[in-house]
Amino acid sequence: MRNITLEIKRNRMNQMDDIQLLEAIEKYLAGEMTASEVVQFESVRKATPEIDQMVVEHSMFLHEMKLFADRKNFSKLSEQTFNTLFETGHWAPIDEQPFMFKVVQMWDKYKKVTAIAASVGGFIALFTSLLIVYLSPSLNGSQVLQLNKAIESIKKNQQVQGHILNEVKTKLPENAKVLSGGSGFLIDTKGYIITNAHVLKGNGAIVINSIGQELNASIVYTDKASDLALLKIIDSDYKQPKLIPYSIRKNATDLGEEIYTLGYPRNDNDIVYGKGYLSATSGFEGDSNAYQIQIGANPGYSGAPIFNNDAEIIGIINTRQKQAEGVTFAIKSSKIYALIDAAEKEATSDNKIKIAKNNIIKQVDRKKQISNLKNFIFNIRSYN
Amino acid sequence: MPYLSINTLKAEYNEIALLKGLAQNDSKAVEALYKSHFSTIQHFIENNNGSFDDARDIFQEAMIALYEKVQNESFTLTCQIRTYLFSICKHLWLKRLQQIGKYSSPLSAQEESVSVEVDMESHEKKDAAYAIMDRALNSLGEPCKSLLEGYYLNKKGMQELAADFGYTNSDNAKNQKYKCLMRLKKLFFAQYNIGD
Repeated sequence: MRNITLEIKRNRMNQMDDIQLLEAIEKYLAGEMTASEVVQFESVRKATPEIDQMVVEHSMFLHEMKLFADRKNFSKLSEQTFNTLFETGHWAPIDEQPFMFKVVQMWDKYKKVTAIAASVGGFIALFTSLLIVYLSPSLNGSQVLQLNKAIESIKKNQQVQGHILNEVKTKLPENAKVLSGGSGFLIDTKGYIITNAHVLKGNGAIVINSIGQELNASIVYTDKASDLALLKIIDSDYKQPKLIPYSIRKNATDLGEEIYTLGYPRNDNDIVYGKGYLSATSGFEGDSNAYQIQIGANPGYSGAPIFNNDAEIIGIINTRQKQAEGVTFAIKSSKIYALIDAAEKEATSDNKIKIAKNNIIKQVDRKKQISNLKNFIFNIRSYN
Repeated sequence: MPYLSINTLKAEYNEIALLKGLAQNDSKAVEALYKSHFSTIQHFIENNNGSFDDARDIFQEAMIALYEKVQNESFTLTCQIRTYLFSICKHLWLKRLQQIGKYSSPLSAQEESVSVEVDMESHEKKDAAYAIMDRALNSLGEPCKSLLEGYYLNKKGMQELAADFGYTNSDNAKNQKYKCLMRLKKLFFAQYNIGD
């Protein structure tokens, strides 16, 4: 910068050169001027009160700007540090109470909804426990006792709630018999839901959202070979969400990837979170359309979505096949695309299905992901 | 004579080193502070009507307050970091509870705390100035916002910015930056109280 102070004097009245003046002030404040430049600049500053005022003001502004920048950059560092520690398992906000505790707790939470399905629930719970006893001869006595206790408490609740049963409004038609149930998830805001084909044993279906609201649904398409089915909510009470926050993965995922699921494994309306990892990239007997996953899954998890850490759906739980403890199979998410293609070919209307593809909660922490996701996951009952 | 034992001296020395690291944005220091102190705050907030998210937000704010305090080279450490962070969090949480009308009885806490009123007053002033700058930047619109952020926050040079924003040379970028800066200063000083 050649003799800048002279230029300042000469051009003080000229607005165009304010840029140079400001540049000089910034240089001066940052201590980037040579000793002789400083002397010159300071003499000009002394002689021109306007310039002095500008220096004071700009110095104050730059100070605030520095504080602003420092805080913003530090906030980012602090947030990232927290997130990294959180993701690597420090601190757990998510309530991971033992199974039995939750079973007891759920009765307080969803008494009304559970009442609807109480009789069916009791039966299936009993059946499940018998199945477990049958499949696991090594199960020890106290565990069996615990399960029996749970069934006892279910029975008691049924008695207590018996009188409420008739008052609760249900969308099931009169005399309808619930034949099967499971979980499912929204893939298009228009109300399209994916579940397992075997979840739909009847001709009709209702879906229940996470706050216990029932909605009528029609079975659009089922494919027994892939064990997938497509439902559509047809109900004036259905409030179409603006956006589905997750996307559905088209290609395969990696071994060992951490996963989690949200579903309705018990015949109440208590959504349950489970986490695990992908243990094999093929399913039962080498089925290449499926994954093997390590996750605590109960029969009602059938049709529940499996998310990876980025809240991207990578598969659908399928507990149809026999399972060892903790071993579950999942249908690869790519099969959803195949199902939709097949469904659209057969469809009479040309109402295109738009599969969710905007993942907006990728960067969000797990707890927030879940509280967001649960609104898109449904408890499904099929009846005749 | 509180600092007679070697261990106490050592602990104090470690704390000072930690705070120096914090002042210089050392991610290891930040991590160490989270690891040693977050769970205390988490328990405190969760025991007093708060959630995990509340604990995260409050702790984050306390870290910012501590960070800004140690930027001042003449800061003094009058108590353990643990006590200081806890005292700030307690202060902030009490205020939050009062704001949302949830504060009823004295907070339950097993930690000792010190008075942080003076520090919190200066923190609140900084908060206000930060908010004014944030609003001013956000109401600038693009490309001004990104241009100035690139220059002042990310410390990019004019040539790099010219390339980023597609200006043909750094003089054009300089011109644009000047115009943006004038608008920002006008917006900022319209709300910023110089006398304060």
